[in-house]
This record gives sequence, C-alpha cells and structure tokens, in this order.
Amino acid sequence: MPTTVTMPQLGETVTEGTVAQWLKRPGDNVEKYEPFVEVSTDKVNAEVPAPVSGVLRELLVKEGETVATGTPIAVIDSVEAATDTSRVEANRMASDEPMPGGPSAQPRSNGHAARPAEPAFVPAQVLRGVSPAVRRLAREHSVDVRALKGTGSGGRVTAQDVIGAAATTPSVAAGLVVSSGTSTYAQPLPGTTIPLNQARKIIAQRMVESKHTAPHAWSTVEVDVTMLWKWRDREKAAFERETGYKLTLLPFFIRAVVQSLATFPLVNGRFANDGIQVLKDVNIGIAIGLASNLVVPVVRNADRLTIKALGVAAGELVNKARKNKLGPDDLAGGTFTVNNNGANGSILSAPIINGGQAGIVTMEAVVKRPVVVEGDAIAIRQMMNCCLSLDHRVLDGYTASGFLADLKRRLESMGPDGTI
Amino acid sequence: MAVTTSDMTASAQTMNNVEAVRATLYDALRSDDRVIILGEDVGARGNVFLITKDFIDEFGERRIIDTPIAEASIVGIAVGMAMEGLRPIAEIQFADFIYPAFNQIVGEAAKTRYRSNGEYTCPLVIRTPYGGGVRGALSHSVSVEALFYHVPGLKIVAPAFPADVKGLLNASIDDPDPVLFLEHKKTYRLIKGEVPAGHYTIPIGKANLLKEGTQLSVVSYGLYVHWALEAANALDAEGISVEVIDLRSIRPMDRGTILQSVEKTRKLLIVHEDNKFGGVGAEISAMVAEEALFHLDAPIRRLCAPDVPAMGYAETLEHEYMSSPAKIAAAMRELATF
Repeated sequence: MPTTVTMPQLGETVTEGTVAQWLKRPGDNVEKYEPFVEVSTDKVNAEVPAPVSGVLRELLVKEGETVATGTPIAVIDSVEAATDTSRVEANRMASDEPMPGGPSAQPRSNGHAARPAEPAFVPAQVLRGVSPAVRRLAREHSVDVRALKGTGSGGRVTAQDVIGAAATTPSVAAGLVVSSGTSTYAQPLPGTTIPLNQARKIIAQRMVESKHTAPHAWSTVEVDVTMLWKWRDREKAAFERETGYKLTLLPFFIRAVVQSLATFPLVNGRFANDGIQVLKDVNIGIAIGLASNLVVPVVRNADRLTIKALGVAAGELVNKARKNKLGPDDLAGGTFTVNNNGANGSILSAPIINGGQAGIVTMEAVVKRPVVVEGDAIAIRQMMNCCLSLDHRVLDGYTASGFLADLKRRLESMGPDGTI
Repeated sequence: MAVTTSDMTASAQTMNNVEAVRATLYDALRSDDRVIILGEDVGARGNVFLITKDFIDEFGERRIIDTPIAEASIVGIAVGMAMEGLRPIAEIQFADFIYPAFNQIVGEAAKTRYRSNGEYTCPLVIRTPYGGGVRGALSHSVSVEALFYHVPGLKIVAPAFPADVKGLLNASIDDPDPVLFLEHKKTYRLIKGEVPAGHYTIPIGKANLLKEGTQLSVVSYGLYVHWALEAANALDAEGISVEVIDLRSIRPMDRGTILQSVEKTRKLLIVHEDNKFGGVGAEISAMVAEEALFHLDAPIRRLCAPDVPAMGYAETLEHEYMSSPAKIAAAMRELATF
C-alpha cells in the first residue's frame, strides 16, 4: 500500500516548509515514527517521523525546495507492497545526491563522521542490529556505531565493540568545531550549484545585515593561559565523570567574559535608533560551527552560573546543535557572543558581530610559545589570542581595549587552583 | 536411609536430595510437636520415594496421616490445621495430581491472611515432586510452577541442591504463610551434595549465583540448573564465560540478583523445563525488559519446553521435550557470539 506523505504544518501560522535534508533515500527501509526527512521553516528545523513502516519509494520534493503545507513530498510503500525492487531502483534520485551515493555506512551530506550514534540517522538495515545497550553506550561514549566493524554475528556491532572503540577513539563530545583530524567535511562536486537551504539563506542575510549596518573594529590581546590550563586539566576527569561532558576552556572563558562585562556594561549593550541600550540580562551566545551550518545557541543569565554549570550548559547546547535539536528558545536573546575559534588552529580572526549585539570575542588556538617573563627571562608558556570585534557605534577603542585588558587579567589569574 | 538426629548434628554430611528432604522432615517432627505430615501413602508405605519411611512408627498415626486419594481434602484439611496453630506439611504425591486442590491452594490458603485481616495466617507447606526425565509420561512429569506463580500470597520454592533443600524446607516450615515446595524428582537421587549439620534456613526469595561469568547470564531452577552449570563449565574451555544463577525461589523472585547480573553481562538466557508460553521465563523477561532494557546487547532468549499438552512416554519424545546440557550449551554459544 503506497502512502503519500505531505508537508506537515510546523506551527500554527506556518504555511510552507522547506525540505532541508532527506534522511532516507529511495529504497531505504523506514520504521514508523522514525525521522526520515528534515524540514525547516523560517524559525526551526524539525525531523518529521514516518507515518508508516515500509520502504521509501519516491521523493517528490528536492532538498532545498519550499512547498506549501499539505503538498505531497514522498511516497512510502508498506513492506508487503515493496517487492518490485527494479522500480525502486529506477526511482532512485541518484543524480540529486551531492555526495557519492555510497553504502549506508557513508556519512550523510551534513556529515560529522564522528557524531554520536543517533538512531534517526541510522538506516533501518543497520538499526536492526543495534541493541539498546549499544545505543546507550554509543551515546555515552560518543562513538559512531556506523563507523565500527562489528564482531557479533553477521557483523553486528556489539556492546563490547563500542566499549573497545571508546577506549581507542578520541571523543568529540564537547569540542565546539568539528575537528579537522577526525571529521569528513562534505565536499561539493566542482561544477555544481548548491541550492540555498533555509539555514544558509538566513545566515547570508544576517551576515550582510550586520556587516553593512555595524561598523566593525577589531582588537586582539595575547593571554597567558598556562595556569588556567593546569586548572582545567585537574578538573577534567571529575567533571566528565560527574556530568558526562568534556571540560574545555570554554566555560572558564565565559566566566571571565561575564565578569568583564560586569565591569564594562557598555560591551553588553546594543545600538538602537533612540540610543544605546545597556542590557541587564547577560546571555552569552556560543558560535558552533557545523559542517554545513552555523548556529549560535545562547546560555541565558550566564553571569549567574558557576564554571561547572556553564560547562554543562555549553555541553548540552553543543549536543543539541549536533543533533539538530535546537529550538527557538535556545537561539534567541543573546547579548554578547563568544567563539571558540581555535580548535582548528586559528590564531587570529576578525569575526562578524551577531546582529543586535555590541561585540563578539574569540578564543584562538592555545599554543606553546617562548615568552619573555618577569626578570627578562624566557619561558615556555601556553598562549591564546582573544580577538574582539566591536560595533563602533556602541563602543570606542578606549572601552574595548579596557574590556580586553580586563578579560586578559582575569584569564591570567585563573588557576592553577580553585573551585569550578 | 535410616537417619537419626545424632547423625545430623555431628557434622556436614553428603546426601542426595531425597535424603535431604527426609532428614529435614525428621528433624522438624522431632523438634516441633505442631509439625504434622499428611498425604497419600506417607504413613504405612512411607511415601513412594521412601521419604517418610518408618516415620509412622516413631511419630504415630496422629502426626503421620495417610489420606484418601483426595487432594482437595489433603490441602483443605491442612489449611484448617494451619489456621488453628499446627504446622502441617501436606504432600501431593505427584505434582500432576495437584489440580483438584487448586481452589484450596489459590482460593483459600493464599488468601487466608488477607481475608481475615491478618487475624489468621496459614503456615502450610505443600510438598510435591515435579518434573520429567524419568519416563513418567503424561501424569508423572509435569511442572506446575507457572500455574501458581501468578498468585499473590503464595510462595514457591524449587531448590536444586541438597543443602538448599534443607535450608529452604526449614524456612518454608517456619514461614507464617503457605509455601509450595517443589522437588524435582529426577534430582532426587541423581544430585548429591554436602549438607551442613544442625538447623539452618535459607531465605525464601534469594537466588544463588552459582558461577560468575562475563559474557552471558543464565537463569534456571530445578534439574536444569545442574545442566546449565555443566554446559557453562564446558564452555569455559571454548573461552566463553557464562554466569549461572540458580533461582531457588520462584516467588518471591530475586530480581536484584538477576538485574545485577544482566547489567554486567548484557545478555540473558532463561532455561526451564516448563513450557514457554506464560512460564516463569516470561516474567523474568518482562522484568528485565522493564528494568534493564538499555543494558541489553541481545534479545532475551528463553530455552523452554515446547507448548504441547504433555511430555511423551516414548524415549524419543521425552528427549525432544526435555533440554540437555548439549542443547543448553548450544543456546549459550549462540547468544554469547550474537
């Protein structure tokens, strides 16, 4: 029995939706309630569950296409009906796939190869062998089940396989940027045009808006984080054991930023036509780079949180971002932004300010450098640059450099002891 | 088979299961005047397995009572005795004959405490030999535990080792509520073991972790415990590490021991002689699925008898119905390598 699936109405006032990504290909098995397509509106992305179990026969709408709610977008054959495999093959939209249409174990086009196993993305034929224990362990240890070679019957990935992989593979659970060493960026084919998806359209629009309306100015400081690094190292294991998240420098950095914002409230301001609004709430946006997207979820009232709580909040937001589960509440209300830009080795950048804010500050790569210290001695220290972009309508260099100097002083006085 | 108290208290003794039952009953009769044994052929005949042989001579017809072939009466009379302060041990000659007493067990004994708002209890033990593998065919082979384990208010024990027989039978006699005491008849003379001297009890509702392992948990009771253990030991040589749990009590069930084991090994095989549908394994499976789903790395497996009306008399049919160490080992191997 073929079942036609239509574009769902995602929200009361929503009249159309864009197929952001097909999570299944024609010929793939889908289970009832299993997400098989990602739909985006101007607000949110949502995974749409399959209404029936069966084989996905036909995709009626291409990725990036926007259609009215109620428009048929796909046809699913219930299992009994889908015996004519040649027809399924004929309907395969292979030419529309930006990636080489490989076997199911290939990462999807938004592909983080090392993303934690997420049932929604695991094709049904693999899903059948994924036991509850494997799912749980894969999630806990951030292991991608699809990348493992199973030692169970029929090549099934066993719980032991996941534990073995977790012991040998570095985890990416709380890194903010997909690390270059382990991930596969989706590489488009030269000579093709990638249609604009909803997220890309919004990013483009906002970047242009910010860059055109806010006159950007830049400033950079060098920060000695040797002591902070030691402190982080000492807290790392306990934090991970307690919370399940990796402890990066980010929560320490946010803590220093919110304290500096308290000293320089103007930096937590915004330019409006009737004046400069100095904001009460301190909501810190965290720029998270995904392979095909950029999201900036917000830690609300970050000035009221401990380093530990900031670490948990950031970890949760990163997880949600990876799983495409951020809702409108996670993304709204930011007053200042931090960007952990250094994960891939960048030491200097000039970020674009998130619209409606006065600035954005980066954490560049931490590198060991010979540094002249007190008494004109040369020591090996762990150094990190912090680059601030500021809206020159709101701030001048005087305040900006005061803010940066304060931030530098705070970061350098963190560690090697303390309580997170 | 002569057993005396002095033999019993001297030191630990090696006994088979029949001897363990006999010795425990004997001690109970000696130490507590309220203990009474009643059933078919328990007196002059001394029980069909000679468990109560000569008891009637020592304790008399008022405490060792031969009854008519009327199971409803055996249990019904025992319920009355228990409610009025005696400690009756009723015997159903074979579990296959227990059905006429179903109302007395389920409708009366199990509900006495509740119905009387705690004013009366029913400290009754119903002993009965069960199980196959002895060419007992249609009416001397059944397992009845699943018919009764649904019933709140009734305890069910099914020990596999002589020392457990003694400890659990003592606990059953001491228990203020009714206990159905199941003795696997094939283990009666097959299984021997050390039995500690003196009076001791083993708590009802406590399983026994017989063998530790890492790759797979096996839960069983009765005769199949011995076969599961044999299979698990054989698989050690293949490098397959199997944990074996002897349930000992069917109700209350030791959920903690099972869950702890499954959370460690992530795989569960349940082996029992009773047929599969609605058997004890069904309850264990459901419990593990409810409590430990996210620890499971394989579907729960039940190795049970086929759903047929009875065990056949023909040797081939009996073999087909019964499991064996080899069949259990095969299931273990399959699940361990899943």
